[in-house]
Amino acid sequence: MTVRDFALGLGARGGTLVIRNGRVVDPANGVDAVQDVLIVDGVVKQAGPKLAAPEGATVIDATGKVVCPGFIDVHVHLREPGLEYKETVATGTRAAAAGGFTAVCAMANTTPVNDNRAVTDYILAKAQIEGVVRVFPIGAVTRGLEGEALSEMAELAEAGCVGYSDDGKPVMNSALYRRAMEYSLPFGAPVISHAECAQLSKGGAMNEGIVSTELGIPGTPAAAEDIMVARDIILAETTAAHVHIAHLSTSGSVRLVRDAKARGVHVTAEVTPHHLVLTEDAVRTYDPNAKMNPPLRSKHDTEAVLEGLADGTIDCVATDHAPHAMSEKEGEFDQAAFGIVGLETAVPLLLDRLVRPGTLPLGTMVARLTTDPARLFNLPGGSLAPGRPGDITILDLERELRIEPTRFHSKSRNTPFAGWTVTGAPWMTIVNGHVIATAAD
Amino acid sequence: MAWTRKDLLTMRELEPAEIVTLVDTADSLQEIATRDIKKVPALRGKTVVNLFYEASTRTRTSFEIAGKWLSADVINFSASGSSAAKGESFLDTAKNIEAMSPDVVVVRHSSAGAAELLARELKCSIVNAGDGAHEHPTQALLDLLTIREKKGHFEGLSVAIVGDIAHSRVARSNIHGMRKLGMTVTVAGPPTLIPPFIHELGVKVSYRLEEAIRDVDVIMMLRVQHERMSGGLIPSVREYSRYWGLTLDKLRAHARPDVLIMHPGPVNRGVELSPEVADGPYSVILDQVTKGVAVRMGVLFLLAGSKGAEA
Repeated sequence: MTVRDFALGLGARGGTLVIRNGRVVDPANGVDAVQDVLIVDGVVKQAGPKLAAPEGATVIDATGKVVCPGFIDVHVHLREPGLEYKETVATGTRAAAAGGFTAVCAMANTTPVNDNRAVTDYILAKAQIEGVVRVFPIGAVTRGLEGEALSEMAELAEAGCVGYSDDGKPVMNSALYRRAMEYSLPFGAPVISHAECAQLSKGGAMNEGIVSTELGIPGTPAAAEDIMVARDIILAETTAAHVHIAHLSTSGSVRLVRDAKARGVHVTAEVTPHHLVLTEDAVRTYDPNAKMNPPLRSKHDTEAVLEGLADGTIDCVATDHAPHAMSEKEGEFDQAAFGIVGLETAVPLLLDRLVRPGTLPLGTMVARLTTDPARLFNLPGGSLAPGRPGDITILDLERELRIEPTRFHSKSRNTPFAGWTVTGAPWMTIVNGHVIATAAD
Repeated sequence: MAWTRKDLLTMRELEPAEIVTLVDTADSLQEIATRDIKKVPALRGKTVVNLFYEASTRTRTSFEIAGKWLSADVINFSASGSSAAKGESFLDTAKNIEAMSPDVVVVRHSSAGAAELLARELKCSIVNAGDGAHEHPTQALLDLLTIREKKGHFEGLSVAIVGDIAHSRVARSNIHGMRKLGMTVTVAGPPTLIPPFIHELGVKVSYRLEEAIRDVDVIMMLRVQHERMSGGLIPSVREYSRYWGLTLDKLRAHARPDVLIMHPGPVNRGVELSPEVADGPYSVILDQVTKGVAVRMGVLFLLAGSKGAEA
C-alpha cells in the first residue's frame, strides 16, 4: 500500500467523495449489499443504492471490492514519546493506514509513561501534526506503570484517553486494581487488563508445554493468564466497572470470559491475529520473532480463541503492534524483546487464514474490527450510519500479497510472517473523507 | 553411514544410524589416548574455536585436547575478559570470529537455541557444547559410548535419569539418543524438577528414587543446582539429599548388582551421590570423562576432517 502525505489535523477539511458499486459490509447497521457510500465534508452522509454525488466529489469505483467502516485497532504501541527508534506517531499511523486501519489506540508504556495530561497532550499534538489516522491514547492505570499509585485518571479522560492500561505489565496489587476500576466508573472508559501473574510467568519466554520442554526454554503457564483473568472478572463484578482483557490467549480465559458474560459481568476481550494463526510450534526454530507476551499457545488454545472470536465471547481483534529495533529481535531467543509488529499484516492474515477457508464469516471479521471495538471504547467510528466519521476501509479479497517487511511503513520489521503469501488485503484506506492509502499506486 | 551434516546441534535431529556412526568413530579414536605420542595429523591446518559463554572445565578441556590430538589449531575464547564483556552481542562476536576463517566453532551458551542460531548465521561447522536447558549432544554421545563399552549393546537396556530433569540439557540429549537406540528411559525426581509433558518424549516418569532405580541397567544421576532452592523448587539440600541422594544402602536395596552409575559432573558429593557410590565399583564417572575426549575427536573429525584426511 502506498500512503499519501496527509495530516489529519492542521485544518484538513473533510473531503467529499462517493464510493460506487462496492459490496458494503457494515455490521453495525446489518448491511451486506452492493451499494454506494457518500461522504460529505468528512462525514458519512448516506449509504445506499445509486446515490447522487454532489458536484466536484471524488468518485471511487469499488466494483468487486468490499467497503467497510474504517478498521479500528485498540491495541497499538506507537512508542512515542521516548522510544522513537522503534516507532513514531508518524510511522506507526502510516503503518496503520497501509494495513487498512483508520484509528488506533496508543498504549501508555512510552518514556515518559502516559500517566499524566502533558504526555496525552503531546501524543495528540503529534497525531494532529504528523499522524494520518485517528489516534486515541490509552492512559496508564498506575503512575509510571509501577503498580503502586493511581495515575490521574480523571484528567487523563478529560485530555482524551479512552481507556486505562499498564499494558506490558500486570497490576499485581488487587486492592489497587479494584480502586482503579471503581475510580474509572464516571468516565465510561474501560480498565484494560494485561492479565499475567508476574510470579507464575517469571523467567518465562514461551508457552509452557511439550515444546518448551523439548526446546529447554523456560515456560509461562496458561495459568499465569487464567488466574488474572479470573481475578479481574471478580473485581469487575465487585465494582460494576468495565474491564477489557487485552490479548486473550488461552482456552481457560475464553471459558472464564464466556461464563462471566453469561452472568452479566461487564467484561470484554480482544485477541491478536498471531494468537489466531500461530501456535507455540513457531518457536521451534528459536526465531525471536516468535517471541511475544502472552506467548504463542498450544493448538488447543488457538482453536478456543478462534471459537471465542466467532461466537462473540471475544469482542474484537487487536494487533498488539509492538515494534522493536532489529538489535532487540535477533540473537538469543531468551534475551530478545517480546512482541511483533502487526498493523501491516493483520488484515491480510485474517482474510487469508480465517475468512478465505470459511472459518470466520467476513461479516464477523468486519464487526470485530469496526462496530465492536468502537462500542467497547466509545469511539466515534465503526459504522456507516449518517453522521459517523468518513473513515472507510476497502478490501480486495482477491489481491495476492507477499508479506515483505522491507516494504513496511512501520519503522520496525519484527514479524514472523515474512515471506508468507496471502490472498486478500486492504485496497484503500480513507480517513475523514480523504484517501490516505491505496494498493493501486 | 557416511556423515553429511555441517553441524552437530542436537541429538533430536539425528538418525539412529548417524548416532552409531558418531559412536563408532569415537570408539575407533580411543586408541590415540593410549599412545606415547598422542598426535595424529587428521586435522592439520584446521582451526577449531572454543566459544564458551558459560564456565566449563571438563567440556572445554575435552574439546581442546581432542582438537590438539588431531593436530588442529585450537583457540579458546571465553566471554569474560573479551569483547562480550564490553557489551558486544553474541552474534557480532561470532561473526567476527567467523571472519578469521575457523573450520569449526564449538559453542557453549546459557541460551537455548544458541547453537542453532550460529548454525543459521555462520558458514563454518558448529558443534553444540551445551545450550541452556536444551541439548548437550557430545555429552550424550560419550554416555552412549561408555554404556556400549560396559554393556556391549544398546537395544533393550533400561536407564533411570535422576534429578533436575527440567533444567538439564544432558537429560534431553540422552533421552533422544537413548530412545532412538532402543533403550527404555525413566526420568525421576521431585515433581517440581520434572518438566511438563516430558512423557510425550517417550519416557516414563517416577517420583520415587527407589522405584526408578529398580531393575535398570544404568542410573544417571544429575547435579542439583543450588539456585533451584532459591527458586523455591525444592525446600532444602538436606531434604533433597535425603530423598533423592543415591547412597550405597539404597543402591544395594533396590538396584541390580551390575548397574552402572553415571554422572555428567561436576558431582555434588554428599548431595546427589554419596562418596562411596561416586568412587565405588558401580561408578563409571571417570570413564565418561575419558570417553569425552574420544567423542569430541570423533565429532571434530567427522565435521572437519573427513574430506580426504585419515586418522
